[in-house]
Amino acid sequence: MNRASFLSPAEPLIDPSITPAAVTDQISGIILRPPRPRLWLAGFAASFALMMVLLAGITWLFIRGVGIWGINVPIAWGFAIINFVWWIGIGHAGTFISAILFLLHQKWRTSINRFTEAMTLFAVACAGIYPLLHLGRPIYFYWLVPYPDTMGLWPQFRSPLVWDVFAVSTYATVSLVFWYVGLLPDLATMRGKARGLAARRAYGLLSLGWRNDGRHWAHYERLYVILAGLATPLVVSVHSIVGLDFAVAILPGWHSTVFPPYFVGGAIFSGFAMVMTLVIPLRAFFRLESLITARHLELMALVILATGWVVAYGYFSEFFTAWWNADEYDRFVGANRALGPYAPWFWLMLTCNILVPQLFWSRRMRRSLPVLFTAAILVNVGMWLERFVIVVTSLHRDFLPSAWGMYVPTFWDWATYAGTFGLFLSLLFLFVRVLPAIAMSEMRGLAAEAGRTR
Amino acid sequence: MSPIHGLLAIFPDEERFIEALKKTRERGYSRLESYLPYPSDESVRLLDHPPSPVPKAMAIGGVCSGVFAFALQAYAARDYPLNVGGRPLFSWPSFVPITFELTVLGAALTGVFTLLVLARLPRLDHPVLDSTGFREFGSDRFLLCVRSDDPHFEAAALRAFLRSVGAESVQEVPA
Repeated sequence: MNRASFLSPAEPLIDPSITPAAVTDQISGIILRPPRPRLWLAGFAASFALMMVLLAGITWLFIRGVGIWGINVPIAWGFAIINFVWWIGIGHAGTFISAILFLLHQKWRTSINRFTEAMTLFAVACAGIYPLLHLGRPIYFYWLVPYPDTMGLWPQFRSPLVWDVFAVSTYATVSLVFWYVGLLPDLATMRGKARGLAARRAYGLLSLGWRNDGRHWAHYERLYVILAGLATPLVVSVHSIVGLDFAVAILPGWHSTVFPPYFVGGAIFSGFAMVMTLVIPLRAFFRLESLITARHLELMALVILATGWVVAYGYFSEFFTAWWNADEYDRFVGANRALGPYAPWFWLMLTCNILVPQLFWSRRMRRSLPVLFTAAILVNVGMWLERFVIVVTSLHRDFLPSAWGMYVPTFWDWATYAGTFGLFLSLLFLFVRVLPAIAMSEMRGLAAEAGRTR
Repeated sequence: MSPIHGLLAIFPDEERFIEALKKTRERGYSRLESYLPYPSDESVRLLDHPPSPVPKAMAIGGVCSGVFAFALQAYAARDYPLNVGGRPLFSWPSFVPITFELTVLGAALTGVFTLLVLARLPRLDHPVLDSTGFREFGSDRFLLCVRSDDPHFEAAALRAFLRSVGAESVQEVPA
């Protein structure tokens, strides 16, 4: 295979015949003249119903306590932590696309960055719920925040779990700010395009009166670059700290220096898979094929392939270290994962995360929508199983056989997990209905540039 | 004649806008406002603004926030001493992650706040927002506004000049 066919550099990122004004019309048209409104309503209604399941799950949890979940000693972490890590990992692809690819001048990010940043925010919202629910006494969540309380107590700043509070809340805030700053010019465009007075006022207020002034753009551009520069180490730090939540514990199966980098790689891997899962139906539904092209999907498939190998290295390193250090307990955890009671999930995880992405060596597979979509869903499943395997298999065989146990998720575990999908999808449905799902101002620049080379 | 904010010239693309901006400058007009549908490096550079203070503000905001975070953790370690096997209370390496996180948070929030202050936003009643030219073309075309407080401002001559440098149309912006 020659290099040209592998990366197809000559292929334009967007349809070169599209003008900047046409970009604005097409993207704002999704909001002004919503296509297939009934289908949208049906999708939103289904998601909203699922979100009510979350509400029921949380209400019952608040009434009865965490005993309604399958967690118990020795497996006290269960779904809450698995889902927290899974959701927050998904969010990382959005920041990777909007910040890291921006700094690397990867122009193909422009078609998808707005949407994936929204995905980040909603995924972090889903993730953030779990640790609070898992507290046991969620009314005291504010004890995690340092404030001069009358008890004379402080959070334990040396604990990765407290670092997590700061990392995740900073991540959520900075992602929101980055997203909103990027939205300002588009909200201003929507203020001009919207027809009803109420809509114009709403967009006008949200745009803060942004008017594309050249002077403002000069400050804006500096701010945007530096925010991207800040978000880059931030996203690495967040999942590293999530990795440290495990690695700092002296538990075979967790206590490993490979965790932070391997978690960051896995986060981007699962996040790109989720972007793919969402973007393929989105571009078909809103007929955005001229803006989110097959080339974009192909590039995402390559990122999945590359980060898949980071994850594969993580698995290899864990087993190798367990064998190499000759620690009885470490070796047992490895053998127990591959052959113990949870072995089917372990092998399914390896299949989804290591075998499936290898399809993307083939250009034909990277170009096939059914293959991309199926593989993306399998990677999502695989990455969820990875967190399940890490959390559950490391805990369920304690040091003494008398303390061994099994973890069986209950109805409420599953209901709460399904419910966060409801929250995530409801927010996404609302987002594509009221806010421009593609960054118009950036796409106008790209279209003008494509027009000049035409 | 009712007072006006300025004259708004509408240009179809960036090339003609840049050309016109250069010529308008050469004529001695200095009270100019530009409205660009996307931030293009060349246009922004030509506008010749002083360097943006945003990076400096963000650096200051970040450092202050980081110092605060570190000091808070160091103080808490003494205020509520935990003796873990005789290890030092001032265990600074474990304070690094939170210091980093709050540095980023402080810098990001300072940056956005600085942008809003410099741009005098939110401001919902800027005259150009109500002009028909901006409403119609504000997000697709390149607009150049010569303000009426420019020392060389003379509506009729200016209108003809802007036409001559390639403006599609020239419109009044009511004050």
